[in-house]
Amino acid sequence: MKFTLSWLKDHLETDATVAEIAETLTDIGLEVEDVQDPAERLAGFTLGRVTKADKHPDADKLTVCQVETAEGMQQIICGAPNARQGITAVIASPGTYVPGIDTTIGVGKIRGVESHGMMCSEREMELSDEHEGIIELPSGEVGQRFSDWLARNDPAKVDPVIEIAITPNRPDALGVRGIALDLAARGLGTMKPAPEASVPGTFPSPIGVSIDDDTRQGGCFLFAGRMIRGVTNGPSPEWLQDRLRAIGLRPISALVDITNFFTYDRNRPLHVFDAARVAGDLRVHRAKGGETLQALDEREYTFAPGMVVISDDTGVESIGGIMGGEHTGCTEETVDVFLEAALWDHVQIAETGRALKIHSDARYRFERGVDPEFNMPGLELATRMILDLCGGEASEVVTAGEVPDVSRAYRLDTDRVQSLVGMEIPADEQRATLEALGFRLEGDMAHVPSWRPDVMGEADLVEEVARIASLTRLEGRPMPRAQVGVPKPVLSPLQKRETNARRTAAALGYNECVTYSFIDSTAAALFGGGGDDTMLANPISSEMSHMRPDLLPGLLQAAARNQARGQTDLALFEVGHAFHGGEPEDQRLQVSGLLVGRTGPKDVHGTSRTVDLYDAKADAEAVLSAIGAPAKVQILRGAADWWHPGRHGKICLGPKKVLGVFGELHPKVSRALDVKGPAVGFTIWPAEVPQPRRSGATRAALQISDLQPVERDFAFVVDAEVEAAALVNAAAGADKQLIENVRVFDEFVGGSLGENKKSLAITVRLQPHEKTLKDADIEAVSRKIVEKVEKATGGVLRG
Amino acid sequence: MDDLRDKYLNAIAAAEDEAALEELRVQALGKKGEISLKMRELGKMTQDERKEAGPKLNALKDEINAALAAKREALADAALDERLRAEWLDVTLPGRPRPSGSIHPVSQVTEEVTAIFADMGFSVAEGPQVESDWHNFDALNIPGHHPARAEMDTFYMHRADGDDRPPHVLRTHTSPVQIRAMELAGAPLRVICPGRVYRADYDQTHTPMFHQVEGLAIDRDISMANLKWCLEEFVKAFFEVDDVELRFRASHFPFTEPSAEVDIRCSWQGGTLKVGEGDDWLEILGSGMVHPKVLMAGNIDPAYWQGFAFGLGIDRIAMLKYGIPDLRAFFDSDLRWLRHYGFSALDVPTLRAGLSR
Repeated sequence: MKFTLSWLKDHLETDATVAEIAETLTDIGLEVEDVQDPAERLAGFTLGRVTKADKHPDADKLTVCQVETAEGMQQIICGAPNARQGITAVIASPGTYVPGIDTTIGVGKIRGVESHGMMCSEREMELSDEHEGIIELPSGEVGQRFSDWLARNDPAKVDPVIEIAITPNRPDALGVRGIALDLAARGLGTMKPAPEASVPGTFPSPIGVSIDDDTRQGGCFLFAGRMIRGVTNGPSPEWLQDRLRAIGLRPISALVDITNFFTYDRNRPLHVFDAARVAGDLRVHRAKGGETLQALDEREYTFAPGMVVISDDTGVESIGGIMGGEHTGCTEETVDVFLEAALWDHVQIAETGRALKIHSDARYRFERGVDPEFNMPGLELATRMILDLCGGEASEVVTAGEVPDVSRAYRLDTDRVQSLVGMEIPADEQRATLEALGFRLEGDMAHVPSWRPDVMGEADLVEEVARIASLTRLEGRPMPRAQVGVPKPVLSPLQKRETNARRTAAALGYNECVTYSFIDSTAAALFGGGGDDTMLANPISSEMSHMRPDLLPGLLQAAARNQARGQTDLALFEVGHAFHGGEPEDQRLQVSGLLVGRTGPKDVHGTSRTVDLYDAKADAEAVLSAIGAPAKVQILRGAADWWHPGRHGKICLGPKKVLGVFGELHPKVSRALDVKGPAVGFTIWPAEVPQPRRSGATRAALQISDLQPVERDFAFVVDAEVEAAALVNAAAGADKQLIENVRVFDEFVGGSLGENKKSLAITVRLQPHEKTLKDADIEAVSRKIVEKVEKATGGVLRG
Repeated sequence: MDDLRDKYLNAIAAAEDEAALEELRVQALGKKGEISLKMRELGKMTQDERKEAGPKLNALKDEINAALAAKREALADAALDERLRAEWLDVTLPGRPRPSGSIHPVSQVTEEVTAIFADMGFSVAEGPQVESDWHNFDALNIPGHHPARAEMDTFYMHRADGDDRPPHVLRTHTSPVQIRAMELAGAPLRVICPGRVYRADYDQTHTPMFHQVEGLAIDRDISMANLKWCLEEFVKAFFEVDDVELRFRASHFPFTEPSAEVDIRCSWQGGTLKVGEGDDWLEILGSGMVHPKVLMAGNIDPAYWQGFAFGLGIDRIAMLKYGIPDLRAFFDSDLRWLRHYGFSALDVPTLRAGLSR
């Protein structure tokens, strides 16, 4: 919402500066977005009088002027044809910036003669396109600031323009008078009396109006109008054009400009029909569906059933409260005009406007709410202005429907400001504030003014009082702790897991990414998503059309982008939600890591190597351990098909309880996402990790033996597809008391062992608890180990 | 005897290696060594002779043993010195590489915010990102026709044919978590709700996804003055300054009443923000007293309970605090950016150690 200072002063008697007004507006909730003060740009320009003008000795078109200026007599060279003795001109002295030529004036020599400044044209000061000659002023004192001269003699040229942001609850501030009322309530001036008009009609309106029965509810409450015949619709007067131009509107014709004036002056949209083009009466009704209208924006609209339109005998002529039709629009030839002032249901306007995608000033205002009580006075005022500016003769007013009753009152509890806001404002001041805003107080009941649709309860009264008093007066007051003493921890177990997983992954060398939750359908489809249930109805681009079914596609795409930038060794991870459906409950927290390239750059120690699934496995296990997963897990195959079929494992507690997956990504998948080379990674679902049963911080007592442990190595030749885990489990089962752990320390495939055979070497650590092991004991358990392994795996002890 | 002493001590001093020393030891102290033989002769002496010669011989034996040990050690030291001289390594070669990971600024700042509010008794509530139309709008006093809906650039989820429910939305703010937290826990209540939010907007300063944290405190007598204090404390703690000035400006949000936008006093110099000084004001968040209709939507009786709510942008305060220029880069995963603006795994923000290093 834009307005000028002089426009505001039509309604508000005030001496406040533009800066004070702007600051106050922002403070009371009408946030100033921009202030354009033309006077600021003209601050350096002053008036001077040319006392002597001689021809330049070396240039025919230049004049050497002696000019009386604020800095005394100065010599200025001027090229304008009208530079001559006796004129009062506008001087830019050295150091002044001249916007029209984007130059700061200096002292210089022009064709050998010194010049101490410049005399300006209107174009050079960006006041207009006028550049025939320099400005000649009919009045003014030497040294007077040009902006001051303009303010007195041509104020529109230096009228400051203020632009404010309007929150949806304040339609009243979409009219300049409403803004003035807020400022007056704050004490920044006093309201001038509201203009009033009453124009008796001299003949019956030839155009009648009606509202269909089914349209009165939730459509149009009141439709009023009158004919004004014999008007001359020329350009509007200069003052009106200046105002509209200042706020960014294009003056069109007197009739249209008048409706725009009331839209901005009083938040009262009006419409004018060229009466000659209206066939019969005007009827407000709901569209049957399929009707069309060429509107004033020169676009054609087709109406859905139920939309509210205005028709004459030939069909739809206007989209009620949103935009008029081109056919009945006023032109310079308009002689008889039908002026409409109506009240539309704001919900209906919002829905129709949204459906038709029309953003008009009228829609903007009607969907927020106009003052119903001002409908008829507004019609009268507009009639008055039309008669004044365009001549003509007004008919009687015709109406259909009636002004809706919006009267309501709420109890003003003057203690509420203290208890809700925490500001101490005397009861008298509270009542005075409300009255200044137009509320009517009866005892402790506050009757809401008709232009404030937003005030719907007691809390709104508090808000009005507090904002006019200024929230800057609010002093912070300590809020007691929720309980006395040391604060309790606040994170849930899952929230702690999320943090621990994140910090563990970073400690393992992964860089945390935050990637978009929506990805393209192809990438989503590769990971089991991309269906209609996770699709956005209005994506911002096809790259962001589906909710991600997994974090890995986003990480793979991030890896591809980094590879393209020359970063080849990557360890990326993300902690976030993946979406397996389109319902609120269909999100699941996931931790995913991705390794691409080598473990690090090539290095002198030869430690750098290509990453493989065992890196991913170790990292997955480290993260799981950090979030409290049990150490004993099963590694099963058969995870989703975006993993390499032979190179992945599910980390499980039983076949149905999957804590995570690690492995190499399917080469097709990484290739499809433009990742070069193999990629390995892991995914963990922190919520799947069971809560430890134990409560309390106490650890189980430490059991350590003083007896010397013994390690023995065994190598077995087994079939190539025998899994190490089977062998280890068999060995460990040989004597659960004695065997502390079993670990694989070597794997050798093929060679002398022959096709499809491999050798697995294990170390078994024996920890006696009662007595030192003797050779016979070790022999016995070794035999048992070999026996168990051979039975379980079909392998043989390697000789 | 002195001759003997001089002979061996000189010989030991002159010995060049371990073998020569051993030879000398055998010569002197071995079974048939010169001194051993002399000691054996002690038995043949008279008691008086023995009294005189015995201690002398023993002293000589000890002296030679000590000289041998000292020389042996000296020889070993020399040998070690010699070996170490050969064991020169180029210490300017790099150490074995160790990967270094990083924490994203959004996660770090979320933890910072959580640490501060946890101390004031706020726990962390969460909610879904695909949210029902009701939770995201209606429950927050934003009915279907409300202009605020259009202004929010909402992402809608696809609705299957025949499913006549209003389409779900990607939550446009973290405010719906207020409703879920109230439904779940009732009053009194203190929660913050950090998380991802979505708006269909993409330009220099907007991304279609960003992060907010919502705050909600409900009790019998919590006022807007408490809100101001709470935010002052937060801003001081977060920006790690001793004093800060907040300016509350009246504003409007459908879900709070009264509503205020909050600015902090700051200065911008050379593109660097300093909080708590200067003549500029920077808008950092929106806030207000929870609207009675919102309390009712969360099954809390507004006749008994009241409280405040606020919402601020996590990415935005991360940018301000850490001088990160471009929001879009947050979600691009450029390794150079992640390393430069990221945080170490052990930089856990705490109140006792400070939020930032």
